[in-house]
Amino acid sequence: MDFNLTEERAMLRDTLRRFLADKYSHENRRALIASSEPYDAEIYAELAELGVLGAMFREDQDGFGGEGFDLMVVFEEVGRAGVIEPVLPAVLAGGLIAALGNDRQRELVDEIIAGTHVAALAQGEAGARYDLNHVETTAVADGDAIVLNGIKTHVLYGAGAQTLVASARETGAAADMAGISLFLVPVNTPGVTVNGHRNMDGIPSATVTLDGVRLTDAARLGAAGEGLDALEAAVARGLTAICAEALGAMEAAKDLTISYLKERKQFGMPIGKFQALQHRMADMLIEVEQARSAVINLAGNLDQPRDVRKIHASAAKNLIGRAGALVAEECIQMHGGIGMTDEYALSHFARRLTMIDHLFGDSDYHLERFIALKAG
Amino acid sequence: MDLNYTKEEQAFRTEVRQWLKETLPRELREKVRLGKRLAKADMELWHSLLNARGWLAPNWPQAYGGCEWNAVQRHIFEEEACLVHAPRSLPFGLSMLAPVLLAFGSEDQRQRFLPRILNGQHWWCQGYSEPGAGSDLAAVKTRAVREGDHYVVNGQKTWTTLGQHANWIFCLVRTDPDAKKQEGISFLLIDMQTPGVTVRPIVLIDGEPEVNEVFFENVRVPAENLVGEENKGWTYAKYLLTHERTNIAGVGFSNALLTTLKHVAGRVKSGGQLLAENPHFAARMAQAEIDLMAMATTNLRVVSAAAKGQAPGAESSMLKVKGTVIRQELTSLLRRAMGPDALPFQPDFLDGGSNAAALGPDHAAAAAPTYFNMRKLSIFGGSNEVQRTIITKAILGL
Repeated sequence: MDFNLTEERAMLRDTLRRFLADKYSHENRRALIASSEPYDAEIYAELAELGVLGAMFREDQDGFGGEGFDLMVVFEEVGRAGVIEPVLPAVLAGGLIAALGNDRQRELVDEIIAGTHVAALAQGEAGARYDLNHVETTAVADGDAIVLNGIKTHVLYGAGAQTLVASARETGAAADMAGISLFLVPVNTPGVTVNGHRNMDGIPSATVTLDGVRLTDAARLGAAGEGLDALEAAVARGLTAICAEALGAMEAAKDLTISYLKERKQFGMPIGKFQALQHRMADMLIEVEQARSAVINLAGNLDQPRDVRKIHASAAKNLIGRAGALVAEECIQMHGGIGMTDEYALSHFARRLTMIDHLFGDSDYHLERFIALKAG
Repeated sequence: MDLNYTKEEQAFRTEVRQWLKETLPRELREKVRLGKRLAKADMELWHSLLNARGWLAPNWPQAYGGCEWNAVQRHIFEEEACLVHAPRSLPFGLSMLAPVLLAFGSEDQRQRFLPRILNGQHWWCQGYSEPGAGSDLAAVKTRAVREGDHYVVNGQKTWTTLGQHANWIFCLVRTDPDAKKQEGISFLLIDMQTPGVTVRPIVLIDGEPEVNEVFFENVRVPAENLVGEENKGWTYAKYLLTHERTNIAGVGFSNALLTTLKHVAGRVKSGGQLLAENPHFAARMAQAEIDLMAMATTNLRVVSAAAKGQAPGAESSMLKVKGTVIRQELTSLLRRAMGPDALPFQPDFLDGGSNAAALGPDHAAAAAPTYFNMRKLSIFGGSNEVQRTIITKAILGL
């Protein structure tokens, strides 16, 4: 049993933390969110140079990490600084290309690692809520071509991506487990329309319409009709990433609040001297440590058999959802009005924490999945 | 013990319901129903409609154009208005300043200001909190120095709700810096067109500039705008806060939220099952409803005591704490109900500035912004921590 980071991971964490503390100020971040650019291309290139994207992939995938703890180390810092740039797509779409792609398709992974290409996962649909198997977008053979039709919603980083990894159904009914394939869709393919927007937390997203999009067989990623397992595995890695990101955001929110309790004076003393607030802060600290353990459990079990992995993914996402809500709400409350302002970083951490609960299954969804897995 | 409304109260409810049905413009109702942001003109329209019916000032004496409704009638009106998604009327002039003028202002001040609140000529905002005076309101530092027949005001107020639309502000100012902190405060009315007044909007967590900072730099205020006596402002401020706390439970708002939540849960599916039939989500909704049913009666217990002339005291702190917790829980459930559709930030849709359809189903666009905005409920008007301290001292005697 050893809960220490390897030397390499500790070095990556320290380098990344220093870089973000230096370059990623709250003011710059706010200006970016107010702009029409989905993310800061210069920062993204520098993150690639630091090896942040390479750490998302195993050595045999041309990276130098790819394990759960690599994701955890990187995304905790992403969360602490509120990074907007597309690191998550490297885990989701990038991870799928690396896991399923043939030699030619995997060339994209090198570009992703170099920070010169963004591939976004397009799995969401209007009726799907959090179910990956709910796919109504169709993929139908037409001579040598495969034609995609459908609307993909909540495509994270869809605005700003060059390629989409889209799920589409080749056979079966909307919620069937079998019959789902994954396709590499360059966004400039005729019939692809990307309507970008920002989410509440500033993350760029998009609704993507696929209207008679003609692809060749070479666009299919992995075996026909068997995409769901790989999709679920990639999302488990994505869950590790966003749970670790939430952990970083919680740490940052907690640190801001501790400083505020020491500085802010009302009734002639720092409000941190009031026991009513002290005990709540102590409870928060306990919850954040529990959240860290849940992320460690997930990161350490990411390569275990499917059901074990899913149990830990659901346990972590459920706990993170609850802890994240507590930290967001309590930190705002203990700050008072200032905690609700856009100018102050706390409201941004609170938004990110809250919105992470709405990604890939909220705490309720994962509670139900956990119960079902344990019963099975 | 009788849980029924009297015949007169029931007749009043029918009258209110009928009037709302005939008068509330559809467009305004839809904005409120979908959680869109109201423009200044929307709020002015609603005030003018209420005023035309003589129902704008429920708690004022009839002599000044009010309804003189008792607490139960006010409760009925608020309940009915919320039920049909009517906008709330703005409290700053109507239920914050006016009661202070009626109790402590001069007759000249009442004649000058009250009619202008009714006809919309004056839009009031509240100059209470300061950067260093939040929960500890008596720590206000904004200075007013008497020079002949004027006060010269210097300082800063903050969290001034809708101050960007206002043309008058009532302020707590320090007139005696040497007195004990509660004893050197005065209550001053300031025309915001006066040179030296600057308003700076503060964008909040939901992306809306709902509150403002208001700066005063050598602002000359006629001495006739002092309410009551100099250095007695704290007494008036506390009086105002008890009036602010009527309807602090927000039962009507919570009922409207619950209606919306049930509407959504009856349409949105998770894993092929309606949320309303999902045991986990249904349980959480039911718990909120059970809490709200009890809260409605807790509120009525306090309200009916107030209707019989007993001033609500520390009980209003109880209403505030539990009422805001329930309302926040309902906004949290509504946000959760939306699933991934709660993610997009859609300011153009919420501002009504775009005719483009919102992403996601009805109520999705406002779900997260409303949840975030409602965090303010447990912060403003005396934070829930301050209310708990009041309960601890005044009710528990600890």
